[in-house]
Amino acid sequence: MAKIHVDGNTYEVNGADNLLQACLSLGLDIPYFCWHPALDSVGACRQCAVKQYKDADDKNGRLVMSCMTPASDNTYISIADDEAKEFRETIVSLLMTNHPHDCPVCEEGGHCHLQDMTVMTGHHSRDYRFTKRTHQNQYLGPFIGHEMNRCISCYRCVRYYRDYAGGKDLGVFGSAANVYFGRETEGVLESEFSGNLTEVCPTGVFTDKTHSERYTRKWDMQFAPAICTGCAVGCNISPGERYGEVRRIENRYHSELNGYFLCDRGRFGYGHANLKNRPTHALVREGDSFVTKHRGEGVNLGAQLLKSGKTVIGIGSPRASLEANHALRSLVGAGNFYSGASAQDASLTALCLKVLREGPVPAATIKRIDQADAVLVLGEDTLGTAARVALALRQAARGKLQTMSTEKKVPDWQAASAADIAQHELNPLFIATPMATKLDEIAAATLRADADGLAALGNAVAHALDASAPAVSADADTAALAQRIADTLKAAKKPLIVSGTGCGSAAVIEAAANVAYALAKLNAETAISLAVPEANSLGLAMFGAPDLDAALARLNGQEAVVLVLENDLSRRASASALDAAFAQSTVIAIDHQQTATTATAALVLPAASFAEGDGTWVNFEGRAQRSFQTYDPAYYDRHVATQESWRWIAQLRTALGQPAWSKLDEVIADAEAAIPALKGIAQAAPNAEFRIDGAKLARAPQRQSGRTAARANIFVHEPKATQDPDSPLAFSMEGINSTHAVERPAALIPFAWSPGWNSPSAWNKFQAEVGGAMKGGDSGVHLFRHNGAAPYFPLRAAGQDGLRLLPLHQHFGSEELSAKAAPIQERTAQAYVAINVADAQRLGIEHQSQTRVEFGDYSLSLPAKVRVDLPAGSVGLPAGLAGIPPLVAGAAVRLGKGG
Amino acid sequence: MSLRSATDPNYQKPLTRLIDVAAGPLGLAGYEAEGGYRALKTAVKELQPQDIQARVKDANLRGRGGAGFPTGIKWSLIPMGPDAGAKYLVCNADEMEPGTFKDRLLMEQAPHQLVEAMATAAYAIGAQTGYIFLRGEYVVAAERLNRAIDEAKAAGYLGKNILGGAWSFELYVHTGAGRYICGEETALINSLEGRRANPRAKPPFPQIAGLWGRPTIVNNVETLCNIPHIVLNGADWFKGLNQGKSKDGGTKLYGCSGRANKPGVWELPIGTSARELLEVHAGGMRGGKKLKAWLPGGASTDFLLPEHLDLAMDFDTIAKAGSRMGTGLITVVAEDQSMVSAVRNLEEFFARESCGWCTPCRDGLPWSVKLLRAIERGEGVPEDIDHLAKLTRWLGPGKTFCAHAPGAMEPLQSALKYFRAEFEAGLAVNHIPKEGDACILPDHGEGPKAAYAKERMKWVNA
Ligand SMILES: Cc1cc2nc3c(=O)[nH]c(=O)nc-3n(C[C@H](O)[C@H](O)[C@H](O)COP(=O)(O)O)c2cc1C
Ligand code: SF4
Ligand code: SF4
Ligand code: SF4
Ligand code: FES
Repeated sequence: MAKIHVDGNTYEVNGADNLLQACLSLGLDIPYFCWHPALDSVGACRQCAVKQYKDADDKNGRLVMSCMTPASDNTYISIADDEAKEFRETIVSLLMTNHPHDCPVCEEGGHCHLQDMTVMTGHHSRDYRFTKRTHQNQYLGPFIGHEMNRCISCYRCVRYYRDYAGGKDLGVFGSAANVYFGRETEGVLESEFSGNLTEVCPTGVFTDKTHSERYTRKWDMQFAPAICTGCAVGCNISPGERYGEVRRIENRYHSELNGYFLCDRGRFGYGHANLKNRPTHALVREGDSFVTKHRGEGVNLGAQLLKSGKTVIGIGSPRASLEANHALRSLVGAGNFYSGASAQDASLTALCLKVLREGPVPAATIKRIDQADAVLVLGEDTLGTAARVALALRQAARGKLQTMSTEKKVPDWQAASAADIAQHELNPLFIATPMATKLDEIAAATLRADADGLAALGNAVAHALDASAPAVSADADTAALAQRIADTLKAAKKPLIVSGTGCGSAAVIEAAANVAYALAKLNAETAISLAVPEANSLGLAMFGAPDLDAALARLNGQEAVVLVLENDLSRRASASALDAAFAQSTVIAIDHQQTATTATAALVLPAASFAEGDGTWVNFEGRAQRSFQTYDPAYYDRHVATQESWRWIAQLRTALGQPAWSKLDEVIADAEAAIPALKGIAQAAPNAEFRIDGAKLARAPQRQSGRTAARANIFVHEPKATQDPDSPLAFSMEGINSTHAVERPAALIPFAWSPGWNSPSAWNKFQAEVGGAMKGGDSGVHLFRHNGAAPYFPLRAAGQDGLRLLPLHQHFGSEELSAKAAPIQERTAQAYVAINVADAQRLGIEHQSQTRVEFGDYSLSLPAKVRVDLPAGSVGLPAGLAGIPPLVAGAAVRLGKGG
Repeated sequence: MSLRSATDPNYQKPLTRLIDVAAGPLGLAGYEAEGGYRALKTAVKELQPQDIQARVKDANLRGRGGAGFPTGIKWSLIPMGPDAGAKYLVCNADEMEPGTFKDRLLMEQAPHQLVEAMATAAYAIGAQTGYIFLRGEYVVAAERLNRAIDEAKAAGYLGKNILGGAWSFELYVHTGAGRYICGEETALINSLEGRRANPRAKPPFPQIAGLWGRPTIVNNVETLCNIPHIVLNGADWFKGLNQGKSKDGGTKLYGCSGRANKPGVWELPIGTSARELLEVHAGGMRGGKKLKAWLPGGASTDFLLPEHLDLAMDFDTIAKAGSRMGTGLITVVAEDQSMVSAVRNLEEFFARESCGWCTPCRDGLPWSVKLLRAIERGEGVPEDIDHLAKLTRWLGPGKTFCAHAPGAMEPLQSALKYFRAEFEAGLAVNHIPKEGDACILPDHGEGPKAAYAKERMKWVNA
């Protein structure tokens, strides 16, 4: 701690910070541009100047950049000093010399850091009377617009894109007053984290193209604290809605998870919520087509089907909320409830759950991954399965910068100096995966092997760490690498093991667990991170329900009524297996998407998308998080029947004469009571009774004009905003806004806004220390604590020989819902088959030639990618892409030439 | 005494005594015959690195790159000892300061002197690798330095186990791509590493974390060329070279450019007056014109007036007069030259050469250029002069990321101080025809000049 004196007041601050961060954390406003809490200081923009005095008696002082000056004990500064103020105003006037002043047509307008800082410095008249330099803009792909004339050359974009995210195709060109931030030639930005440019750029150079297409100002949108369903990391998001459409997704700060950054799948994959072909009414099958029915009719029909006397089973979903799954389970009875995950996904996820819940090693948060100083990645290409982890692994490697700069007594927030000192030094990252990954370029060593080889390496590392771990016979190279990895992990302060369900192998997960267990005996700081298949896979696993394959076995062509919850079964089981099992079944599908399953249903009940309903999700570290509804679709069209799945089920129960829940909190309480493993999910967010100063919390920013008039095109009398019985949030802008109450829980902040802070920089105002934890504590609740000890997993017998299927998880296209978004589709590869070069030569298959791929009931014709990095015997197929049926890792495959 | 040394029998011009421009530079044999590489031999065979550092410190050699920082103190910050690891010596030969061409002479005409100097200095700081960061346009210097390096290497003055000792030193010439900012020592280091030539934040200073993150000393060509002579002749001899003209020691390569009769560069005792440079060595002003103003040492120094001509050209004396000695090569402006045009020309250079990293410099310098162009055309508005003055304040020391912009403001601020009337004459308001004047201003634009003229004519006609 340190005492600093600011304009005559004395404050206690974190002495390790710079003055800018310290002052912002105190709530004192200093304008800034080049500094960013995740990117630290480089002193480029000169906007953050304050007057520093030698001591209490110094009356002259000198201007310093607060971001470049340590907040050391007994520092005397003035923010209000006239010279400092004039200088700061001058900096804005200089930045604006080339800015086009096009705020009215700029997508950044209204949530623009440059606008806010301009107002903050009091620069309100233009005194530059000459011509401005202009730039050409570039096409950067489907996600991001480029308007270089708005650039203020703060260098944040390149510092984020290159230094932080490891991108290579965005750079700074030119010099002097003609610096250009873009690609060498125009084209699609390659990084899977490019969307963060829209928030990192303090002005409107990089903007969200998916938003531009249906643009709405921030103050005209309605938001909610929501959770991304793109994967199981559970990044916190702030979807913005207008006229019943999601208009964009912005990052919602969470210090332990996403921090300031999302992946592009999460940010741009929301289009499924806006699809015009979504079911919005109860759909009743009549012959080959569906007739549209009102909500009540749908419920009655559903109740009739359920009462038919046939067997009723429920198939849940790892992409539905805990509440929806629980509601289904309680409707059909625990004995008739199936998780809806494939047998392989379910068993691998259960294994991950076992490791996390019963093992001695805690699950790593993203922040903990950032901080790791040695990492072993075993089997998982996190870019495809838990992308935010991949970005965090880059920070783990870059952590060496901090260590090396600290050794030279340079504060770690001196970003450029740290990089100058560390040069290309990185913390060790060992990557053992079936195929090359993008992170390989920062790896200390890589290994390409199939599941058996990866498991062997892992177990060899575990054994090298602890002789009581199962011994494995490995070849000399593997043994040497294992010893090197073991020595490195042993020497680390915060070692981390990363694995998951991605390569479809229990042996790999167990080997990773063995390494973590062995290491944990030596170092209590050991952490593990396991990627699981889908957003709520781990939560669903906690139900302990049998899987989809068990449901199919149970159905076995018998007569039954099957309630399928938010699940496209065709993605999880082969068409022939489904056809056989469902031969005599009547399907009631509750979903927010049209799928192959809804197409076969007798009744489709339209469920709420992530933006239309509340629910709780358990992420990959066992953290339950509540995602809140952004908008009520019925507000714009009262005939729309869409509602949360659990509400449909509650109404079915009522129609069946069973007691039912009327509010979310009741479902949650019921779930906690019925499933002990879920105990605690209520604490994921305050319940619906929570109030601040007696008021609910507004979902929309304040406008001066009172109500929204959002429906004036339909009828000029604006109806009362929808009342929300399920959460402490109010629709529209009625209620508590902005930072207001210090104790405001993080789980209830729909959007970042504070007086004078309209851009995402407003998160500053909600944080206890800028860039650190939220004032009200970070949101979510861990449902389990790791245990003290667990036995090692025994070695497994090697898998079978011959060509075996390997699912390849793609960042774009493998996840079901985001794959429906048009801009994601633009980035999704065409289906292909990846074949090891020796296998290809043996079979006479040439690169890019059309190849026959046969497994199970399937026979596909796909272009071949002949690869040297794929282990012999592995046949890679991009999971989930159009034309690729459900994949079972390890299944036997036959390959042949030609289509 | 051999042939070339004979021109300087008393060893009063150590840096240039072996230079004979007509005959060209000495090769290795010639240089050795004149006593070359004796300093390196003495150093490696007889002296400890610390001894050399002490001699340089005692000599109070001040950096000739422009800032006059004491070389001995700079060197004393570098970690020494067996655990110090890789260290680098970098010679700053970027020499792009307008009006400065002294290092060029030393490199083209006495390449072996620089090679010996670098080897000796590297030995003193324990560096294993050296780079000469050379201005790209200095093609002749590059060729001659490379040849000298090859010869020195073949003779065992460079490379592994120099002169049979334990110490090894590799020396490379790296040519820049022609950016003034590459002369700023940390931008130079970035450029050498293959990065954008943006300066680095200090601290850490290069002595602690420089090239490739390792301890690095950056010295100017002229600074380094003094080292062998100090090693051979000692600190007291070096101090005495000033012939009592200054409290600094040594000689200085001075020069003169601009409207002088015989522009050139000369090695003279440090503290020689500018009047001597102009009137004796440069043969006075061309065409018998009167001197109006002069820059003491490059474009990034404040203008001084004829009344300052008798000041000793050393770091402290010129600083007291409100300027900087800089590189010590003066630039003279004649009475009939426009100060506005002169400054506009300089600011165009500085604006172009900004690295583009920090706001005041990147966006402020082009603004100053536009203001100066407007004034030069007689289209200034009264606020323009205030704006220029404001820029000189907000682009000053401490406000920008490096010293480029403050340097750029020096000629502007001093021109405004001494020649404000010339700037005021460029305001459109002062071109408005008086009553009875014929309207001489062509009214073919909507610029302020035209606007003022129109206003004025309305008033005249009313
Ligand atoms: C914009 C700028 C340009 C510079 N250009 C040169 C140069 O061309 N040559 C040089 O020796 N020093 C130049 N310097 C000074 C160097 O940064 C550094 O101070 C010098 O090389 C140190 O050497 P010395 O101690 O031997 O003088 C420049 C400084 C600035 C700010
Ligand atoms: S594009 Fe944006 S982030 Fe990049 S330098 Fe310009 S203003 Fe800064
Ligand atoms: S990492 Fe996963 S949870 Fe986070 S934004 Fe991407 S898809 Fe969403
Ligand atoms: S003052 Fe700033 S913009 Fe100018 S050269 Fe130095 S760092 Fe670059
Ligand atoms: S924020 Fe401090 S210089 Fe840019």
